Amino acid sequence: MANVLAVCEQRGGTLRKVSREAVAAARLLADSLGGSVDAIVVGASGADVAGAKLGEAGADRVLVAAHESFGAYAPDGYAATIATAAKAGGYAAVVVAASATGKDLAPRLAARLDAPLAMDVTALAVEGGKVVATRPVYAGKAIQHVVLEAAMGVVAIRPNTFTPAAGAPARADTVANVEAVTGTARVVVREVKASEKGALDVAEAPVVVSGGRGMKAPEHFALIEGLAQAFGNAAVGASRAVVDAGWRPHAEQVGQTGKTVSPQLYVAVGISGAIQHLAGMRTAKVIVAINKDKDAPIFKVADYGIVGDAFEIVPKLTEEIRKVRAG
Amino acid sequence: MKIAVCIKRVPDTETRIRIAGTGIEEAGVKFILNPYDEFAVEEALQRREKAGVGEVAVICLGGEAAQETMRTALAMGVDRGVLLKADAIPPDGLAVAKALAAELKDGGWDLVLFGKMAVDDYNHQVGVMVAELLGLPVISSISKLEIDGTKVVAEREIEGGVEVVECALPAVLTCEKGLNSPRYPALKGIMAAKKKPIEIKPAQLGAAALSVKALTSPPERKEGRIVGEGASAVPELVRLLQQEAKVL
Repeated sequence: MANVLAVCEQRGGTLRKVSREAVAAARLLADSLGGSVDAIVVGASGADVAGAKLGEAGADRVLVAAHESFGAYAPDGYAATIATAAKAGGYAAVVVAASATGKDLAPRLAARLDAPLAMDVTALAVEGGKVVATRPVYAGKAIQHVVLEAAMGVVAIRPNTFTPAAGAPARADTVANVEAVTGTARVVVREVKASEKGALDVAEAPVVVSGGRGMKAPEHFALIEGLAQAFGNAAVGASRAVVDAGWRPHAEQVGQTGKTVSPQLYVAVGISGAIQHLAGMRTAKVIVAINKDKDAPIFKVADYGIVGDAFEIVPKLTEEIRKVRAG
Repeated sequence: MKIAVCIKRVPDTETRIRIAGTGIEEAGVKFILNPYDEFAVEEALQRREKAGVGEVAVICLGGEAAQETMRTALAMGVDRGVLLKADAIPPDGLAVAKALAAELKDGGWDLVLFGKMAVDDYNHQVGVMVAELLGLPVISSISKLEIDGTKVVAEREIEGGVEVVECALPAVLTCEKGLNSPRYPALKGIMAAKKKPIEIKPAQLGAAALSVKALTSPPERKEGRIVGEGASAVPELVRLLQQEAKVL
């Protein structure tokens, strides 16, 4: 059998965007393998499965495993439930998003399924009936192409890289209930503390506005935040220098010891472009750099650059973006 | 408290990568202790110092040269090392996890620490797999840790927030930046490290079910352009983003 299982991710009963991306990646594999796609949703009962339009994203069937203890991420229960469903379905591949949760869940699944795991995958293909995954290594300084040489493989896809085909015909996406396996919860998520900045994470946002040492002081990041706000769908990022200086939290760091991002648009403000930073954002679709040093390495990877004072350019850009968005 | 820290020797993050076959050209490359493993080593040392008693060992899977990396950890204050010798580290994280699990299995460890990932292969999986193979609880990518008796409370960053996660010892934890500030080895530590024992044994690797077909250079970004200087260039930039790049 050459069917593929896509693992969906929900928070508070709402399916996250990466769920549709996992389904889209699974669809791509299933089409090459000549199989179908099952999407599995693990959560408390009443999750808004219909709202995620998984059929449109490419799912043939939706499996729901509901349990009262599955509202928040329950590592042992989620892994046991999905591994049980994966074994029962005999899938060729299990696709998970390489989100914060997925990076914890995918290795648990791989160990329980005795299956190889390709982490942080940016492209997928099938060659000779085997899944071939493309993944950046050495922080994007090289690209590794790996073959999953087992009857079942686990693939964790990088957020923002697989998009459901627009206008694809909606599939049947029948919903079936599957067993929720709770087992022993050795690890318990006691609490989820939301950060004050809202839910948009730098690793998943369609637009990222990052600031570096060129911002000169932590309070000047208000300009970066203002620009991000103007975009409406942007997260704030930061260079290692400003994170190490304590100006910004590590959660915002982009680069080799921070997050690797692939947004539609990356705006680097006052960031010179150290090799380890470039490694974290070079897969962005469009890069804009604003820097007063015209020889800064960031301009080598930027599609569009403006040389000059960020303190003059950013407020003007914020104003212009607001105008565009106001239509 | 008896603590094992699993570490890896990796190319320096500032190093330039030259591709050779399906791997990299190692000649001329500076190798370091994986940066995330430094947080794990530091955490182990702090826990032992707090407890006043206990042992910290590093376990490393790699070739002969990995001993140099292990000495760095010993110089930081780790008591001893175990080198699981392998000619090559398989690209399959599960095969590596099986070798580490086999070594850790009957060690009586209270705590097993890992870096959240290695900065060379970006596999981001071995620590969690080891815990699963050993049947131990694991909290991954922790940025804050409290241990009270056998109760572990850790925090891990998720998109737009932080999860507060609990488990009991013995446990496996994988460490994220922000957990602590790793110490630099002092001269005294470096001297002492030379006399600390490193036991060498063959790695019992699992069968690899993942192979590397090719390693390629990342696609070059096409040459960009300077739109202009100063705030007066902004309207043109916005026009390009709208009409040419179509991202607005």
